[in-house]
Amino acid sequence: MPESKERKFECTGASISAEGVSKRFGKVQALDKLSFKVDPGTVFALLGPNGSGKTTIVRILTTLLRPDSGTAHVGDYDVVREAQSVRSIIGLAGQYPAVDENLTGQENLGMIGQLYHLGRQKARTRSDELLEIFDLADAGNRRVKTYSGGMRRRLDLAATLVASPPILFLDEPTTGLDPRSRLGLWEVISQQSENCNTVFLTTQYLEEADRLANKIAIMDNGRILREGSPQELKDCCGGDTHVKIKVTDRTRTLEAVEALREFGKESVYGVPETGEISFPAIGGSSVLADVVRRMDAVGIELAELGLKQPTLDDVFLAITGHTTETTNQINNKEGNADSTKK
Amino acid sequence: MSLKISDTISDIIVMTRRDILKYIRLPQLLVFNAMLNVVLLLLFNYVFGGAINTGGIKYVQYFLPGFLAQTVVFGSTQTSVGIAEDLSKGLIDRFRSLPMARSAFLTGRVLADAVRYAILIVLMIIVGSAIGFRFENGVGPVIAGIALIILFGIALTWVGVFIGISVKDTETAQVAGFVWVFPLVFASSLYVPIATMPSWLQVFANINPVTPMVDTIRALSLGMSVSSSLWKILAWEAAIILVFLPLALRRYRLLTQ
Repeated sequence: MPESKERKFECTGASISAEGVSKRFGKVQALDKLSFKVDPGTVFALLGPNGSGKTTIVRILTTLLRPDSGTAHVGDYDVVREAQSVRSIIGLAGQYPAVDENLTGQENLGMIGQLYHLGRQKARTRSDELLEIFDLADAGNRRVKTYSGGMRRRLDLAATLVASPPILFLDEPTTGLDPRSRLGLWEVISQQSENCNTVFLTTQYLEEADRLANKIAIMDNGRILREGSPQELKDCCGGDTHVKIKVTDRTRTLEAVEALREFGKESVYGVPETGEISFPAIGGSSVLADVVRRMDAVGIELAELGLKQPTLDDVFLAITGHTTETTNQINNKEGNADSTKK
Repeated sequence: MSLKISDTISDIIVMTRRDILKYIRLPQLLVFNAMLNVVLLLLFNYVFGGAINTGGIKYVQYFLPGFLAQTVVFGSTQTSVGIAEDLSKGLIDRFRSLPMARSAFLTGRVLADAVRYAILIVLMIIVGSAIGFRFENGVGPVIAGIALIILFGIALTWVGVFIGISVKDTETAQVAGFVWVFPLVFASSLYVPIATMPSWLQVFANINPVTPMVDTIRALSLGMSVSSSLWKILAWEAAIILVFLPLALRRYRLLTQ
């Protein structure tokens, strides 16, 4: 790969760290003494619901926002005092595609390349290369205005890679992508760490973090609640496969929960409003047969029955005792931290 | 890490090019802008032309120099709107995360607007000539006049940039622009002789930078001596840039808060 030759840092160099970073927007404490460290050449995933402060920390690390207190370093540079140096080693893909609609795909990438001071010729060559990689070669000479949402996303990501920066920040990169594009993007992210580049990504999807990250930090209300490898997280916090059932008669939800607990199932969680019940699938798929028998015995009819990959909600529930939706409701009352950017 | 001068210049060129391409890709913007100016030019000439006593000078000869100045004054309010619009989009975050010169985003915008003003001014002079306007003294004064107006436009555009970046909302930017632009245009020697105004307004009209701007172009077009108005307008242009360019750049840096 050409980018590994152009890399400005050895794999040991480009790390990210934050020490006690806080940021307040009016009444909302968007970040509350956040500390973490990302090792060079690894993928770090910040996992959390809307309004948890993910975008705020990305904006601080990419020099768009100053922290109220605390310090942060990106590739050994202080994000406040050495902001310009930080900018030369990072690529940022924000939550919404940041591309110029009036320019063509090729012009967009060429412009970014020139602004990284690659020189016109090199910027052009690199643009063509990236258009090819991101399956946009045919659309390269069309104005971005005519692009679909997925194409804009891909172009946006290509723009972050123009200068082959050793550190990438991707803020919810797969939100709004179709499954195929999502897989393609995952591939690109994995390649980055193979090339020794450091990737800092935020996501709302546990599956995505699990798949890509060497380390995951779970964030809520401006704080990191738990940090660890995907496996550590699964072990500690209900990240295992779950059995999910739905009872036909919602009024009997709690009765069913009780029956399952008596049956020896732990961490059974039911939502009476929807009739949904879930618990960790210990013992593999044979547990499904047990559930059916048990429900039969107490005469509760099931509308749905299945195994389900855990979601952010499940992990959240295990750590905080509430789901991300209740977090969102709390946050919305106080004002949404992620949308209070300016 | 500080940026090389050549990189800064390259960044400004790249950003200017981006804004000019917008006018090329969306020609309707510039076309309607030009049409509006032509319509106003003709209206003012034929509606007011008979009513205002300009001391024996043909009205088109009297007001067209000011009309050129008006074009750049109103043009600067569009800058406010454009900047506010750019700030509301995600693209600004990308620019701010790049190792480009901090000044390039705003400077590029101002220079692209200077190109827009040049096009409009040349068009106005052509239309004006069709209805009787003349530069009596040949090519030199024409070029000097155009240059002075464009420089005036650049100065005011920095004011527009400052307003756009301060209000951050396109509709507010539009209204905020009109607040300062209308008094500048009308309480000046642009459409009527200052002597016809009430004395308190004459005080403002004499201080108003539009007045020396208009007087200078008028003198250039009539082949008269530009006298002190030339120095006045040059001083104004320098002063406005010296105040508002740093203010606008400071606001841009403060976006991190």
